[in-house]
Amino acid sequence: MAPPDLSNEEIRRYSRHLIMPEVGMGGQRRLKQGSVLLIGTGGLGSPLALYLAAAGVGHIGLVDFDVVDESNLQRQIVHGTSTVGLAKTESARRRLHDLNPLVEVTTYETPITSANALDLMRPYDIIIDGTDNFPTRYLTNDAAVMLGKPNVYGSIFRFEGQVTVFSPKDGGPCYRCLYPEPPPPGLVPSCAEGGVLGVLPGVIGTLQATEAIKLLTGIGEPLIGRLLLYDALEMRFRELKLRRNVNCPVCGDHPTVTELIDYEQFCGIVPEVQTLSSQYEITPVELAALLETPERPFLLDVRNSYEVEIASIEGTDLLIPVDQLAEQINKLDSSVEIVVYCRSGARSGQAVEMLKAAGFRKVKNMVGGVLRWSDEVDPTMAKY
Amino acid sequence: MAITITIPTALRQYAGNNATVALEADTVGALLHGLIEQYPTLGKHIFDSGKLRSFVNVYVGDEDIRYLQGEATPLKDGETVSIIPAIAGGR
Repeated sequence: MAPPDLSNEEIRRYSRHLIMPEVGMGGQRRLKQGSVLLIGTGGLGSPLALYLAAAGVGHIGLVDFDVVDESNLQRQIVHGTSTVGLAKTESARRRLHDLNPLVEVTTYETPITSANALDLMRPYDIIIDGTDNFPTRYLTNDAAVMLGKPNVYGSIFRFEGQVTVFSPKDGGPCYRCLYPEPPPPGLVPSCAEGGVLGVLPGVIGTLQATEAIKLLTGIGEPLIGRLLLYDALEMRFRELKLRRNVNCPVCGDHPTVTELIDYEQFCGIVPEVQTLSSQYEITPVELAALLETPERPFLLDVRNSYEVEIASIEGTDLLIPVDQLAEQINKLDSSVEIVVYCRSGARSGQAVEMLKAAGFRKVKNMVGGVLRWSDEVDPTMAKY
Repeated sequence: MAITITIPTALRQYAGNNATVALEADTVGALLHGLIEQYPTLGKHIFDSGKLRSFVNVYVGDEDIRYLQGEATPLKDGETVSIIPAIAGGR
């Protein structure tokens, strides 16, 4: 099908593209004809959505089930103070409509799952992975490979980012060629646990947007078979070679994974109740009551020292960051009741598992961490 | 033979907060074992029961050691070896 013509309004709006011969009328019409599905409307999805809409990509799909939170605004620039509390898809749709009412935006306020991924992706030319967890990254990869669509990949951690284009149909590798298996849960911290420099997803997301625009217009050298690494602290870009693995279970010569699987299970994620029984848990309200009694437990904080400066529970007995717990375990007395806490309850859950494995029996995880303590016990405590 | 190892952000806390470490070694395997001898807590993040973890890639220059000779890949003086683990952040 020939790309659609541009209206005079579109010619005015896109004139800075049109006067470059590499894009020109032909390229701009291909952008108008093009469609992109953004998985995630967060740190990476924000600059992606803004630049793709501004560039005149005809149809943009947004998949997200999250709600805009104040702590998102340090980096998720498609959202704003006025849309805190709103669904991210709707918040982004409003901003994109203001930026460029000439592009069509479709929102899907749902998590992407093995049941809906293929249907969500099918209408789009390009898939962009801006998610924040391993199960969704493997799901996005596998579904894109099965549909023969390019997957513009970006991921970030603290000060570091990775970008590439996975496109086995063009002879390139897929995500599973790069990383055949996910890390076990808990070994690689997420941005929520590890933090992220706010401007970092801006850099990585705009690189992804650049690749999507190149793919749609057919110009330049796509980032297929190359992994671009960015280190913001060193201010250094590096490039590594990526190859398609002929034995890859998804994109290899004889694929063994031909339909979408249970990606939570693939990534070793099991429902929390199975990993931690309630005898090893305590709620913030229960702990607060217990701290008032003479039998108060020993309170162990497993966060990092810079987090203590932000917020801390009064009466904390000891701080041992979770990654130093194994070395400093001798500082703890297994005969006393110990309650462990962190920001959200994830690291303290790991710490409790570690202590249980070391023979501690009177140890409990404060579920929900400082965040829930702030909600249920002490609203003056800062949430971060 | 001095080889430079680049340590990714996620693992720097286990390597004395260094972005790079210089060591002498003839092969990738010897280099990585020398590294974890120096920084023992790094070990479990790179190896699992003696094998390189499948979400940790190792490159000599810009080439993945899976397409060279794995841990037996020989190293030349002045080469850079990069440890690149999977990261998933996007929000």
